[in-house]
This record gives sequence, C-alpha cells and structure tokens, in this order.
Amino acid sequence: MFRHRALALILLTLGLLLISSLLSLSLGAVAIPLSEVWKALFQPQDPALNRVSRAIVWDLRLARTLLALVIGVGLAVSGSAYQALFRNPLADPYIIGASGGAALGATMAITLEFSAVTAAAFTGSLLAVAAVYLIAQAGGHVSAVNLILAGAALSALLSAAVSLLMFFGDEDLIEVFAWLMGGLSGRSWPHLRTAAPLILVGALVLWSMARPLDALTFGEESAQALGLNLFWIRSALVTAATIATAAAVAAAGVIGFVGLLAPHMARRLVGASHAWQIPMSALLGGLLVVLADDLARTLLAPLELPVGALTALLGAPFFLWLLKRGEPWSQ
Amino acid sequence: MVPINAQNVTLAYNGRAVLENVSLEVREGQILALVGVNGAGKTTLLRALARLLTPRSGTVLIHGRDAARLSAREAARQIGLTPQQSGAMWPLTVEEVVALGRAAHRGWLLPLTARDRAVIERVLEQTDLLALRERAITTLSGGEKQRALIARALVQEPAILLLDEPTANLDLRYQDMILALAQRLAMEQGLAVVVSIHDLNLAARYAQRVALLAEKQVLAIGSPDEVFTEETLTRAYGAPIVVTRHPLYDAPLITPAARG
Repeated sequence: MFRHRALALILLTLGLLLISSLLSLSLGAVAIPLSEVWKALFQPQDPALNRVSRAIVWDLRLARTLLALVIGVGLAVSGSAYQALFRNPLADPYIIGASGGAALGATMAITLEFSAVTAAAFTGSLLAVAAVYLIAQAGGHVSAVNLILAGAALSALLSAAVSLLMFFGDEDLIEVFAWLMGGLSGRSWPHLRTAAPLILVGALVLWSMARPLDALTFGEESAQALGLNLFWIRSALVTAATIATAAAVAAAGVIGFVGLLAPHMARRLVGASHAWQIPMSALLGGLLVVLADDLARTLLAPLELPVGALTALLGAPFFLWLLKRGEPWSQ
Repeated sequence: MVPINAQNVTLAYNGRAVLENVSLEVREGQILALVGVNGAGKTTLLRALARLLTPRSGTVLIHGRDAARLSAREAARQIGLTPQQSGAMWPLTVEEVVALGRAAHRGWLLPLTARDRAVIERVLEQTDLLALRERAITTLSGGEKQRALIARALVQEPAILLLDEPTANLDLRYQDMILALAQRLAMEQGLAVVVSIHDLNLAARYAQRVALLAEKQVLAIGSPDEVFTEETLTRAYGAPIVVTRHPLYDAPLITPAARG
C-alpha cells in the first residue's frame, strides 16, 4: 500500500513540475499565453503562430527552464547522497562547502580566462568535500555541529579566496559577481548542453546506488559488515554527487538550500529509502528551482532577482528550524 | 573447520595495543560471551572477528581461511554483525533495513529475487517482526530495534553471528528476550555466536563459554563456572566481587561486594 502511495506522489510531483515548467515558458517580460507556448513547442511550423513568441520560447525561455530544472535535480540528488554519506540530514552541498569549492574553481577559471569552467568547478568542489569530510569526521558519524563548523570555516576560507580573486581580476568582476549570486539570467542552450548530461549521469549513478546509500546511513563499519566495499562505493558516490553539484554550480552559480529542502520533503513524502527518495528529491529539486526562477523573473519585472537569494530566503529559516528541533543525528 | 579461530592476535588503535596475543575458538552451536571492564577490548575484538579491524599480528581464521584475505562480500556471507542499535538514525522501514542483509548474496545493484524475499520473510517471522515490517526503525523500542538489526544479520545466512552489546540500554525483559533469541539460533541453527556484554549474570546464564578480557589479554576463558570465580573477577574488575549460586538457574550469581 505504502508503495502505491509513494508512486502516486511521485507522479503528482512530476505533473506539478510539467505545469510549472509550462508556466515558466509563458511568464516573463513579455507574457505569452499558454496556448501559444503549447503551439510553439509542439507545432512550431504552424503559420498562425507569432514568430516573436516562437523565438522567445525557443531561443530564450526553453533552455533556461530546462536548465533550472536540471540544476534543481543536480543539487537535490547530491544533497540526498551527501546526507547519507555524512549521516546527517543537514548536509546540503551549500552547507558542506561543495558549492563554495565549485564556486572558487569556477571563479579561478573565469578570472584566469581558462575555458574549462565546469572541470575547474568539479576539482574545487571535490577538494572542498574531501576537506570537510576529513575535518569533520571524528569517530564513526559526523555530528551536526562538527559538520556545520567545518563547512562554515571552509566556506569562509573559500569565499575569501573568491573575493581576493575578484579584487585582483577586476575586469571580470561583474561577470563573476552575477554568477556567484546564483542566477539563470542570460543562460541558454550551451549551458544546458554542458550541465544536463553531467547532472543526469550523476543522478542516475546515485539512484543506482540507492541500497549502498541506505546501508551507509548505519555508519561505515556497519555497511562494511553487510559486504559493502567501502573504498569503491564511497569513491563512486562522492564522485557522482560532486559532478552533479559542480555542473549545477558552474552553470548558475551558488544556489543554496535546494539540496537541503528537496531531500527532506522527499523523505517525508515517500520515506527514507533512497530507491524512492532520490527520484522524489530530483523532481522536487527541479520544481523548487523552476518556481524560484519564475519568482525571480516576475516579482520585480523587468528586474531579475538572483535565484540563489530566493532559495536562501526560503531555505535558511528551514535549516534553522531543523537544527533547533534536535534529532538523534544532531548529537 | 571451526567457525572462528583467532591465533595470537594483537590489536592496536593508533599504534597503541589494546589486546596482545589473544587466542580463542568459537564452535558451532555455541555462545561465547566477551566480558570485561570498559575499555578492556570487547568491541575491538569483535571488530577484528568481523574483519573490520586488521590485526597487527596474528590471524583470525574463519572456517580455516584467513579473514584478512576474504572480500567484504565473502565475509558477509559467513559473518553477520549486529551493531549497537544507536547507529539506526535514518527512518528506513524495518523491511528495508532487513533486506540490506541480502546484499551479501545478491550484490548491491541487482534486484532481490524470489528466494531473497523468501529468506527475508522467514527471518521476519523468526524474529517476530512481521507486524512491524512497515514501521520506521527509528520509531521502534530498544528491544524491537535490536531484533531488527539481528534480523538484518540473519538474512545474510551467516554461520557466525556477532552481537555488539545487544543488551545495552534494554530493560530486563528485553535483555532476556534478545539473549534467548541468540540461544535459540545457536541451538536450532548451529550458529556460532559471539556476544560482547557487560552483564555477567546474563553471560553466566546464556553463554556456554566466557572470555574475560583484562590487562590486554584473555585473563580467563572457559565455562562460566570456570571463569567466574571470586579471585579472577576481583582481579579483572579491581573491586571485591562475591560469587554465589543463582537461585533459579544452575549458574553462578555475581554480585559486587561493598567496600570496607
């Protein structure tokens, strides 16, 4: 019975995601009625279709909406994986420094005019995760306090490095600044073509490792006693989660708390088993970022707000609430 | 082949030896209790038997094969470990938790087969968990949680069951229930059971053999009557201890004597 309910909730979320994506194609500086959006998508050759509408949908909005969706997926699934790996439901890519590491890597690439921004983001992110893991891990499980302290200290260090880079590389200041605030403004097909395959592969790898993730929630030794080859599984999980995070950060800057909100909601709705939690997190993450981007574009239109600021406004109070509630893992 | 045979095992953390030259054997159908003061090395020894800690010297033989040479999967098909229940922090359902034990046979990626399902079903029944299968493990009582973790080890279909402080934090009724389950598994299925435990009276009642760890070694090993003497216990625990007979069971009854 439980499984039917989970499946129904997943389909419902998928429906909401489709609706919000269609809405996001219609919203913006120029409003396009949904019927026009539909026509532009599925009958682009229809002579009755306004050419401007078609251009806006295809050249401006579709890539951006899809990018918002995959970024949400990437942050949410990597959040799910980090939470199991650190045995701590506060382990959002933003909190543990994974996003900050990616940001530093990408900033270095931008200021040094090095073209492989995603690769640089990946390297930065991987180093940050490894550092937090080593610093925070005292004994079998990473306590919330250690994790947050290590993440905060490392994030401070990383953002100081980013500031210094921006200070010295002043010509690229605006580009870097806009990017760091987390936004999708001006993002288009090339960004999507880089980010989407990386994020989808990362998400599929993590989903396929749902049972190792379940086992790891009992701690590394307990998982090993179940026959898990810790070295390989942990390497594969960290790599996949970090690829997904880095690709998301390289495409749209630091968008915090999605990796915290989505997995938490998913666990509440479909249970803690990663076989269900990961797909549900992915859909909810996509939904969150698509909706946040809709708000970012419409609240003060034609001004565009940074998406990262909106997700933080929603996510940070939630984070504090989780922390205050104090559950077994917070010790 | 003896299920577990540890030969001259020295175990160390960060270069500091916890146990030196320990040798012991566990036979089929037998419960061996590891007892001793806090820090005597009960859990350390259990970790070494579970292949989670590599001895600095000496070997642990599992059915005659060096445990250090077994892969994680091979080891998990022979040794089931029930960790301390404090590790269950994620709200997975009992059935999901128990099913994890099948990875030892099925691997981590392939779906469970009908045979896996049958094993899970049998073990859930045996551990009296059928009614709790859909409950999140985090919502269970201590005794139920412990049972779920034992069930997880049992679906590995091991020949050896290692229980790490299974009675810690349980009330009297559950302590008895868990050890009675271990006894039944040893007698009916011929499992070799090793249990680390603080309560000497429970050890005396349920274990056929007891290993008393103290002073970085096995101070005494044998039947409860052989090991639990006033002299040995007083030495191991550094406090006067009185041994009488249990009024109900044919076992020693251990009581700390007041000083002075």
